[in-house]
Amino acid sequence: MTESTISIDILRYRPENDEKPFTQTFEVPYSPDFSVLEALQYIKDHLDSTISFRWSCRMAICGSCGMMVNGVPKLGCKAFLRDYYPNKVSLEPLANFPIERDLVVVMDDFVNKLESIKPYIIPEKEKSLDEGTYQQTPLQMELYKQFSMCINCGLCYAACPQYALDDKFTGPAVLALIARYNRDSRDHGVAERMKIVNQEEGVWGCTFVGYCSVVCPKDVDPAAAIQLLKVESSKDYLIGMFKPD
Amino acid sequence: MQIIKTDVAIIGAGGSGLRAAIEIAENHPNLEIALISKVYPMRSHTVAAEGGAAGVAQDHDSLDNHFNDTVSGGDWLCEQDVVEYFVENAAKQLTQLEHWGCPWSRKEDGSINVRAFGGMKIERTWFAADKSGFHILHTLFQTSIKHPKITRFDEHFCLDLLVEDNKIQGVVILDIAEGEAKLIQAKSVIMATGGAGRVYSYNTNGGIVTGDGMALAYRHGVALRDMEFVQYHPTGLPGTGILMTEGCRGEGGILVNKNGYRYLQDYGLGPEVPVGQTKNKYMELGPRDKLSQCFWQEQQKGNVFKGTRGDYIHLDLRHLGEEKINERLPFIRELAKAYVGVDPVHEPIPVRPTVHYTMGGIETNANTATSLAGLYAIGECASVGLHGANRLGSNSLTELAVFGQLAGQEAANYALNTEHKDVTALQKQAEAIIARTEALLHSKGSEKMADIRLEMGDCMEEGVGIYRTQESMQKTIDKLAELKERYKNIHIADKSSVFNTEFLYAIELGYLLDTAEAMAHSAIKRQESRGSHQRIDGFDKRDDQNFLKHSLAYYQADKAPKIEYSAVTITKSQPAERVYGAASEKPSAEPEQAEAASETINSAQEEV
Repeated sequence: MTESTISIDILRYRPENDEKPFTQTFEVPYSPDFSVLEALQYIKDHLDSTISFRWSCRMAICGSCGMMVNGVPKLGCKAFLRDYYPNKVSLEPLANFPIERDLVVVMDDFVNKLESIKPYIIPEKEKSLDEGTYQQTPLQMELYKQFSMCINCGLCYAACPQYALDDKFTGPAVLALIARYNRDSRDHGVAERMKIVNQEEGVWGCTFVGYCSVVCPKDVDPAAAIQLLKVESSKDYLIGMFKPD
Repeated sequence: MQIIKTDVAIIGAGGSGLRAAIEIAENHPNLEIALISKVYPMRSHTVAAEGGAAGVAQDHDSLDNHFNDTVSGGDWLCEQDVVEYFVENAAKQLTQLEHWGCPWSRKEDGSINVRAFGGMKIERTWFAADKSGFHILHTLFQTSIKHPKITRFDEHFCLDLLVEDNKIQGVVILDIAEGEAKLIQAKSVIMATGGAGRVYSYNTNGGIVTGDGMALAYRHGVALRDMEFVQYHPTGLPGTGILMTEGCRGEGGILVNKNGYRYLQDYGLGPEVPVGQTKNKYMELGPRDKLSQCFWQEQQKGNVFKGTRGDYIHLDLRHLGEEKINERLPFIRELAKAYVGVDPVHEPIPVRPTVHYTMGGIETNANTATSLAGLYAIGECASVGLHGANRLGSNSLTELAVFGQLAGQEAANYALNTEHKDVTALQKQAEAIIARTEALLHSKGSEKMADIRLEMGDCMEEGVGIYRTQESMQKTIDKLAELKERYKNIHIADKSSVFNTEFLYAIELGYLLDTAEAMAHSAIKRQESRGSHQRIDGFDKRDDQNFLKHSLAYYQADKAPKIEYSAVTITKSQPAERVYGAASEKPSAEPEQAEAASETINSAQEEV
């Protein structure tokens, strides 16, 4: 019995060798429990060792292996060949990011945005360790917990039509992170972060397509975070009209 | 070559590296910090830790309890002064993480909740559902962004250390995207590169856990301590090794063999605790080394399931109910569904022991300093002496915080009292390192890298696994020597400089082989059984007379490593029999009974 195989198309691009990206096709042994990442590892180990892709944890928590699988942003480790077989699988680097090489994209813009929004607790006053932990009830935690689950994989940026049009848009994951800190009872940095939220590139860049939440592998629901921030931003605007600083 | 001057360079931006960086930035705003990682910080393997972090949190618990659990859990190979410092600072450093935003799970009143964990007498494991490492890592990463003095070198790979006048003076790193080498001149360096679980074929570790820092320090003459102690976690998914947290059992999950029998009671961990209840240090809440050994025993008896991805037993969570599983173990449910097609609400999860953690590492003193002046080491890459011969689950996340903080202080103080030397000599060294690296890249070898990696992993599983013999270890040692020879003739097809992962894998494989060699040689010389190092060739008992000591492996280039020994620091706990289950309730005045119980595993061995 010959073992069955599955075809995998990969968009290749090596800036030193290739003038432009091209597609290379590989035949990989098929197994229903094989992930796309395992297929890539098979290709690298046995068929073409020059192919580059990011990966580490293999369990959908480190956020390294985001890529387009048949045109949909997915984590390679959590997409399975069984969901495509016997049809072919096509792999491309995450959309809306510049290609560094092969399936590796340039993450700089995303990381810079993440760094720009003060993603840390800004306390009302410094609390000494001797005072122990803050009290935070499960209900208070519920307000932000979902938005703290982002693994920074970038899938939502690849899905976002606004980011595709204008990369100045702060974007789904980073806006969700603003909501995460703004809604944390330990934090008093809302005013500082709302300046970013209120900008045209902030929440108002979003046209609520909602595809970001569809592709999110961790159910963070950045679209919901953005809607919450829009409400806050509107309130901010109204208050600002009566109480300009 | 770009030359960058900094005060403290930190290699690795996982939990411990980030914690050290923040410590320096908060307390020494004049110091420059270079935080170097071969990945983006949030990809570091701390992210995959699930269960939680230990620190005394309840009134009926005590620091002494945490100390005793850790020292006996480590089979008395812990540095007891280090354990004392650790338990005293544990809750404080976990509180610090809370102040920075870590969403620890709470009780109804808003105070910290704790869960039971293996080998811990009283519940003291702080947890953020079953994503504790993920939340710790992201909290630390995001907090680090507050500090402008932390300059990150994301996706920069460490090629070598610069040592001059017997002091560390910096590192040479490779910008992965640009393919360009940089010289980082530093007054002190903190190694925080994580473990080396990838020397084994089946492990819970990410692909990046390749022993880089261990191998680099080792090659520069720093000892690797207690490398024979490698932890098999009892519950990984078959094939992939993906981790099913000990928190599953802390919440009440049970282990059953193919006959539906809770076999742990046969190995000195009983009597059986009724399903739906947990009893600390009994049954499923025994320590990891013992539970993994029990699996092996059941395997010999033919009591395990046979699957296409290897043998397994069942981790049954069904009696916990959907609501509790969703609240406490949502990630476990997600992982089991995705990777083995099992919803733990309705079906038991197939699991087996897989390599999880390296107890040993770069030898440091109690203040995280290595024998090389200016070099510090923390986290899994280090052996500060906390874990002894077997780490208790949830001690290592706390270790990141406690010793990350301490190393930050120590490395900062060292830097404050040190001047940058003239860079000329370092430049010369760096050029030699780059030339050597390029020679590897442009070598015309024929050995297939994937074969060497696979054979290494398999020979480690076979020879230096859960149970070991002289013969099995010798075979592994011979195989590793062969693989090191073949490695010199390795084939690298990709000669390009932009994000050349094949080239990086080749360098990592060199790190892995050296680390594996230190493990195998340390193991064969330890003629006793202790913690995770279990022998079935006549050395099946602990031998305090001859082996109550740390092993120290010294690198000898092409020759076998030199193995030496050092004393264990004992402050207040004299070595005693290590017992769990009912035997642990007996007062120590009845040593014979305790001994009888502790030998249950060994006598079961003789049946096979």
